[in-house]
Formats: sequence, structure tokens, C-alpha cells
Amino acid sequence: MKEATTLNSYRTGPDERGHFGIFGGRYVAETLMPLILELDQAYEAAKADPAFQGELKALHATYTGRPSPLYFAERLSAHLGGAKIYLKREELNHTGSHKINHGLGQILLARRMGKTRIIAETGAGQHGVASATVCARFGYPCEVYMGATDVERQKPNVFRMELLGAEVHPVTAGNGTLKDAMNEAMRDWVTNVETTYYMIGTAAGPHPYPAMVRDFQSVIGNETREQIMAAEGRLPDLVIAAVGGGSNAIGIFHPFLDDPDVRIVGVEAGGHGMQVYNGHAASLNGGKPGVLHGNRTYLLQDDDGQILEGHSISAGLDYPGIGPEHSWLSDTGRVTYVPATDQEALDAFQTLTKVEGIIPALESAHAVAEAIKRAPTMAKDEIIVVNLSGRGDKDVFTVGKILGVDL
Amino acid sequence: MSSLPVTRIDARLAKLKTEGRAALVTFVTAGDPDAETSLSILKALPGAGADIIEFGMPFSDPMAEGPPIQAADIRALAAGQTMVKTLEQVRAFRAGDNETPIVLMGYYNPIYIYGVERFVTDAKAAGVDGLIVVDLPPEEDEELCLPAIRAGISFIRLATPTSDDKRLPVLLRNSSGFVYYVSVLGVTGVKSAAAGDVAAAVARIKAHTPLPVMVGFGVKTGEQAAAIAAHADGVVVGSALVNAVRDSLADGKATAATVPAVTSLVAELASGVRRGRA
Repeated sequence: MKEATTLNSYRTGPDERGHFGIFGGRYVAETLMPLILELDQAYEAAKADPAFQGELKALHATYTGRPSPLYFAERLSAHLGGAKIYLKREELNHTGSHKINHGLGQILLARRMGKTRIIAETGAGQHGVASATVCARFGYPCEVYMGATDVERQKPNVFRMELLGAEVHPVTAGNGTLKDAMNEAMRDWVTNVETTYYMIGTAAGPHPYPAMVRDFQSVIGNETREQIMAAEGRLPDLVIAAVGGGSNAIGIFHPFLDDPDVRIVGVEAGGHGMQVYNGHAASLNGGKPGVLHGNRTYLLQDDDGQILEGHSISAGLDYPGIGPEHSWLSDTGRVTYVPATDQEALDAFQTLTKVEGIIPALESAHAVAEAIKRAPTMAKDEIIVVNLSGRGDKDVFTVGKILGVDL
Repeated sequence: MSSLPVTRIDARLAKLKTEGRAALVTFVTAGDPDAETSLSILKALPGAGADIIEFGMPFSDPMAEGPPIQAADIRALAAGQTMVKTLEQVRAFRAGDNETPIVLMGYYNPIYIYGVERFVTDAKAAGVDGLIVVDLPPEEDEELCLPAIRAGISFIRLATPTSDDKRLPVLLRNSSGFVYYVSVLGVTGVKSAAAGDVAAAVARIKAHTPLPVMVGFGVKTGEQAAAIAAHADGVVVGSALVNAVRDSLADGKATAATVPAVTSLVAELASGVRRGRA
């Protein structure tokens, strides 16, 4: 599948029909197509409107708390004895993750389009919380679809969403995880398309969602460039981010794609290990191209094209697909995607907590795990930036359970 | 284009037109509740009054289906249904019935993974007449629609309440066989439309196409079928039939009541359709 081409730029996609190479597109029911086309036009107009961008920027400054700091993890770097590790502190954002970046962008767009009701799907609950938050802020009713399994393992976030005024619908279909929540959200959308804005929580789905979510998340990478130049006077040697659907990853990757000296690594959920059938959620390392949830992308699936559930310790990565731009970046070879197992993520979670006093989300701990592997093999003057996409308060119960602590 | 052979769909619809009645289009899921029973149901449908058969290709993630067809897909997949078996069942049906049109309906991924060229070749050879693929809008026609047409298979499009006069020409561009009007916003098997709304929508679609217009979503009884048949070229029933399968099962397995449960409902619907323009 590798295209093995050298492109002048990796930042021009998608084309007008939403394709990144063979990936992306608009594979949705006809009921949704007029709305999808309207959304595309509305987003293009908003993107070019200085008033829209200005309002988003102002909200980020005073509501989200942007720019998020780029923090030199001195103790972790010394502990590993290799490259200097910087953490992009997205976990310090309001609501505790990067999801607020596209949440604010999308609520402003929904308001501009005259929609009166917001729906969202969520895995770990981070996107659900961000959606419920922006709905509270702008006075919109919000309904969140969440797999019943995830409702169980992410109880603190469920309660937060409810406090924020959202209605959380547990989804029992399938294994009750993110894929099933997304199916159910799409069913709601088909039913209420005239009034409802579907706030997709990652850089996936039908065009224009992958490009739009990427654009809203690119604030991460744009800030990181400025901050690392200020701190080190040069770009990093390596940028690492965890990838489920891939919104935080594409946000930090995209502004670096055309810098050939910056290596870029996405970390997938290796779950119980890549050798375990249906025991991981690493779509690029263990899947093949297919069509689901509005786009063509790498998917975990069986030989008959039925989608597998996958597994990850992290609810936010427990998804059988990945954003289409990541599939394209993988095939072109610009970005390397590797798996990290549940155990590696759990170890990284504890290491970062003890050494730096920062509790990472289990999702982000996958990226930290890769930094822990790579830093010791790199020179002391080399620089790694890890996107710390979310904080781990929500995961304390899950981790406690695994470590045998009854909370 | 006059040299094109008359398809089974066109032939059947032309015949119904001379009879002055609407078509009954029945949907069942392939492999539900198991391969053998599913084939028995398929073979029994025309005798019970089905004019056109939609045969569902089960998918793990049927995003536009309500609970009844979701459950049918799960039953079929749990019983080991595959695309190969679905095509085998069509072939077995075709051996005994060379007139009733069969339209395969489902989602794109299982077809994509089977391989598009291989699929349209094998489907045509098995006796498939048309395809309805829910997640392939006209924007993606190169994927399957055009290869299917080249292979001599009709590509049937869903029109919906959101298909306005600007959208209809786009979605009708490469469609053939008939148009399936999804009469409500939503998933299958939940809400049903008011007859007056259906009449207006059918008239609007017919202003854009000479194709017959079938109407579905939420039709459960002979009475509802009669009401729709008064305004449309055909009535599509799916969820009610897979619910009949479900209600006939014991411990999830087919019983002696399974096939009759489906055929008796089909007979009631067929009688409703025949009353529709009386």
C-alpha cells in the first residue's frame, strides 16, 4: 500500500471531495448528504471569516487558557538519560484535554449554522465533557452517546457531563464502546438532521470533519513551534502523540509535516499485544483499509469486512478506525505509527506521575511510553516533544482497580 | 440504449403496471436466523406475495438501521453469514425462480473487502438484479455504482425528505431500476409517514424521473401498506418482517413457525397492497 513518494507538501489535503490520497471521502446515508454539503460550505466561510477566527481566539485565551505551556520535563529527561523531553501541556486546558479546541470551534460553527441542538459521541468522556462544557457556555441542549462499558469505566466524566447539563445515553449495542456510541450518534443525526449539529470528537467521519477538526486542533502544533523556537532556538527532532481517532495527534503533527528534519511518531493502542487477535486497537499496525463512519481509512476488521471491536485499557483509544489523514500519512511514510501496550501505558502513567508530578490520561500515557523507549537511545542535545493531550484524574479509578487498590 | 436487455426489475414492474397495482417489496436479512432457514424464507417470499426481494447483506455496524434490523444483522453474523454465503443463497433461489428481482441491500465495507470487481461479477452471475448501498452517496459513484452498472446491475438510490429539488437530479443521475423513497427522517423500523406527505413526496420525485418510486420506512401492517400503495409504485417492508423472524425463534433458534411467520405477514401485506388502488 505504500505510495513511497516524496511530496512537495504534506499539508495541502484534502481535495475538495475530502480525499487524502485514497482515504477520507463522504460515505454517509443520503439523508445526511445535503447537510454535509451545507456544513462544508459553512465551515469554509467561517474559516475565512476574521470575526469567526477572532472570537475563537479570544475564547481560547480567556476560557480554554491558551496557549498551553510547553514544559521541559527535566526530571524525566534525566531519569531516562537521553534526549531532552518537552511536554505540550494540553492537559492544562479547561476541561482537562485537547478536546476543548475543536469543541469551541464546532459550537461557534453550529451557532453560525442556526442549529439548536448538539449531539456528540464519547469514549473516555473527554470529548463528551468538552461538548457538554461548550453547550453549557453557549446555552445549547446537549446529548452525549457513550458506550455502556465506557460509562462504567469513566464514571467521573459521566457525572461531570451530567453536572454540565448534558444528557448521557449509555449505548449497549456491540461491546458498548466508542464505535457503538458513534453508530448511535449517527442514528440520532439521521433522525434529527434538520435541527441538530453532530459534534464529532475526532479527526474522522465524513468530509469536512477530518479537515475541520484538524484545523481546530492545529493550534497545538502552531503554538509548539513558537514555544520550542523560543526555548531552544530550533525545531524538535521528534514529535510524539497518541492516536485513537487521532485529533490531538493531527493537531500537533500537521504544522510540522513539511519540516523533513522533524521525525513524527503516532502511538496506537497496542492493548494486550499485537499478536492477540482483536486484543488491541491499533488500526494502522493491525488493520486494513475499509469504509466506516463516513470515511475510508484503516480499520480493524475480519476477512469478511465486519468491523472488530478492538481493545485498549484506554477508553479514548478503544476505536477500530483512525482519522483518514493519518492513514494517508502512514502510507506515504511521513509519519511512523507504532503500538504501545496496555502495560507500557500503565508503566508510563506511573513513571510520569512519580517523576514529574503530572498524572497523564491513559491515552496520553501511550505517547509517554514511546518517549520512554526512545529517549535513552537519543543524544542529550536532541529534543523530543510529547503531546500530553489529557490529564489522568478520570483514570485514577481504572488504574487503581488494575493495581489492586479498592477506591 | 434501446439495445439493453430488459432487466428482471423492469419486466416485473412493467407487468405490475399492466395489472394496475403497486409492488410489494420485502426486505429480509441474509442468514437470519441461520443460512438454511434464511434460504427457505427467500424461496417462500414470491409465493406469499412478494414482488421484489431486498436481501440484506448483514454488517456489524448498520448505521442507518433501527433496532430490528440491527438485531437481524447480529443474528445472521453470529450464525456465520458471509458475503460468499449470501451470494450462494441468491444463486440457489435463482435456480428455482428466474423472474422475481433480487436487490442486495447493505453497507459498502463488506463489498469493498470482497473486492468491487469480483463482487459485481459474482453478484451478476448469481442472479442479483440491483444494489442498494446505504453509505454510498452519488458523490462516491466511482466506487461501486459505475462498476455495477457496467456489470449490468441496477443501482438503486434512496431519496429522503432532505432530498430537495436541487439534490434530486444529483442522486438520480446514475440510478436505475426504481427509486426507494425513505419516507421519514430516521432509522429503519421506528416512525412511519403520513399518507398525505407520501403522496406529495412521490409527486415531487416523479417530476425528476421516469423511474417507479417505492416507499418504505415504518410500514408494519396490511392497512399501512394499502395506504401507501394508493400513492406509490410500491411499498417496502423490512423491519416488521425481521421482527416476525425474531418473534418466531426459541432460544435464538429457528422453529417450525419461523418461515410461516414471515409468509403470513407477507400475505397480509400483499393483500393490503392489492387493496391500495381498489
